Amino acid sequence: MAHTVLRMPYTVIAEDLRKAFGGRPVLDGVDLAIERGSVFALLGPNGAGKTTLVKILATLTRPDAGRATIAGHDLLEDPDGVKRAISLTGQYAAVDDVLTGRENLEMMAGLLHLPRRTARARVTELLAEFDLTDAQHRRVKTYSGGMRRRLDLAASMIESPELLFLDEPTTGLDPRSREQLWGTVRHLGEQGVTILLTTQYLEEADQLADTVAMLRDGRIVAQGTPEELKASLGTEIVRLRFAEPGDYRAARGALRALDADAETGDDELILDVATDGTAACLRELLETLAATGAATPRVSTHRPSLDDVFMSLTASANLPPSATGGSAHSPGRFGRVANPARMENAR
Amino acid sequence: MTSLAHTVTDSRIMITRCLRRSLRDPEAFFTALMLPVVLMLLFVYVFGGALRGASHSYVDYIVPGLIVLCAGFGAGTTAVALATDLAGGIVDRFRSMPIRASSILLGQVAASLARNLLATALVIGVGLGIGWRPTTSAWRWLAAIGMIVLFILALSWLAAAIGLLAGGPEAANAFTFVLMFLPYVSSAFVRTDTMPSGLAAVAAHQPFTPIIETMRGLWMGHTSLGASLGHEAWVALVYLVGILAVSYAGTTWLFRHRAAA
Repeated sequence: MAHTVLRMPYTVIAEDLRKAFGGRPVLDGVDLAIERGSVFALLGPNGAGKTTLVKILATLTRPDAGRATIAGHDLLEDPDGVKRAISLTGQYAAVDDVLTGRENLEMMAGLLHLPRRTARARVTELLAEFDLTDAQHRRVKTYSGGMRRRLDLAASMIESPELLFLDEPTTGLDPRSREQLWGTVRHLGEQGVTILLTTQYLEEADQLADTVAMLRDGRIVAQGTPEELKASLGTEIVRLRFAEPGDYRAARGALRALDADAETGDDELILDVATDGTAACLRELLETLAATGAATPRVSTHRPSLDDVFMSLTASANLPPSATGGSAHSPGRFGRVANPARMENAR
Repeated sequence: MTSLAHTVTDSRIMITRCLRRSLRDPEAFFTALMLPVVLMLLFVYVFGGALRGASHSYVDYIVPGLIVLCAGFGAGTTAVALATDLAGGIVDRFRSMPIRASSILLGQVAASLARNLLATALVIGVGLGIGWRPTTSAWRWLAAIGMIVLFILALSWLAAAIGLLAGGPEAANAFTFVLMFLPYVSSAFVRTDTMPSGLAAVAAHQPFTPIIETMRGLWMGHTSLGASLGHEAWVALVYLVGILAVSYAGTTWLFRHRAAA
């Protein structure tokens, strides 16, 4: 494969990264391969190790073990090379509150040692691109959350980086600003910037990412395209609502016997069953239910979302084998579904 | 550009940033400028009569003490400024860029130096305005100013170390109080031999006292405690160089090894 020698297909390759704080492992052997020009989402709840992983890859924290290459530079041997190839935008939008938008960008351009005239022109360009021209002389303190994030992104794009870190870019933003920021990120992705995005919002990963890796307790527990991950649950989820607790329990027992992994809410009389979406599968399900003598439940179906995948991984004690290498594990006719009550909370 | 040129550029940018931040915090800036003036007037006109009998000679006594007190307040500001930067994430951004990490600290320390020299100039100016008459030569003035610069530099690096260790702006703020109160237990405002003997011993030997006594000796020709100017100056220098060396080394080490949360 001679072509890969000339142009590395991966911007990030990490092997077995480990980090513990005070004896508690935060990263427990993480492998990553991020393709050049792709948007890679690292999805996980608070405390899963997302920020630690970003800090390690951005040279801010040393891993206890493992190795990584970023844009061809070894993380530990050549941190300055890595720093020249990356831009970091922080969870808390690391821009200077007291300076104006323009001053912030000119400061960052100066630190990248752009000649003053070039810096000014580039800053003017970025202010226009990120829709901040009118606000450029206002102090950042007066900016809205969305404006701050845009300024943060603009600061990262002064010299187009080979790898852009977006650490929870929309945390705390209102829905409209979030949509706007998504548009900006998509635009950057189209320009060919490799993006490593961390998020706790499943919808965000679904919207933006080419590849999603789910991080839990310092390990990547599933990885694939959003479609692959959703397909790993089956193609249709059948939701059964019961009127009586007795019917509900009977149905649950029968489905267990069928080896259908029906997840339930404790308070609600709801069963969610993942199916492969075929009529045969649906018939089998309904016949099994009818055989229990339970009063016919109300039935609805929906396509699985990343929420379902995420919740099924988070809720289950016995994790399914992680679907690494881009191919999610093949779904059975019935698969696992998350606890619906928790799914609703998550939305 | 050479590596040296990079270091100079990075430091210049960081210093500009910190100075801008100082100037744009009008409340803190106003407080820092009002403090020397108000304290000077308070001590000379309100307490001065009781402390020294005649207030016009008390101003001759307390100028060095007020300089130290205001520098202590200024150091607190520096610690808070650095702790705020660390907490806000901008330091992480700077550290992920290919710049001299030391320039980040240098920016804070240089801004601290500028703020405190301004406050010192105000103390001296107001003092001269209300009748302070140092009896000294130009060389001794220069020596006193050199001592002040060294003192503020040492205190600024110490403040930077505290800012790194504090873990947050609020904790760093507590440091201001320590440095604001420490000068009271020294020869800053009263002679230490008027204190109870145990306290007097502490007051006479804590670092602020020889520093104050050296300034006093340089400006007024005599110290307040009977030790020679030369002796006080040596003790002060040892303290200052020691504090500076330990704080500088400690701060740069902490900054490099600070485990990211």
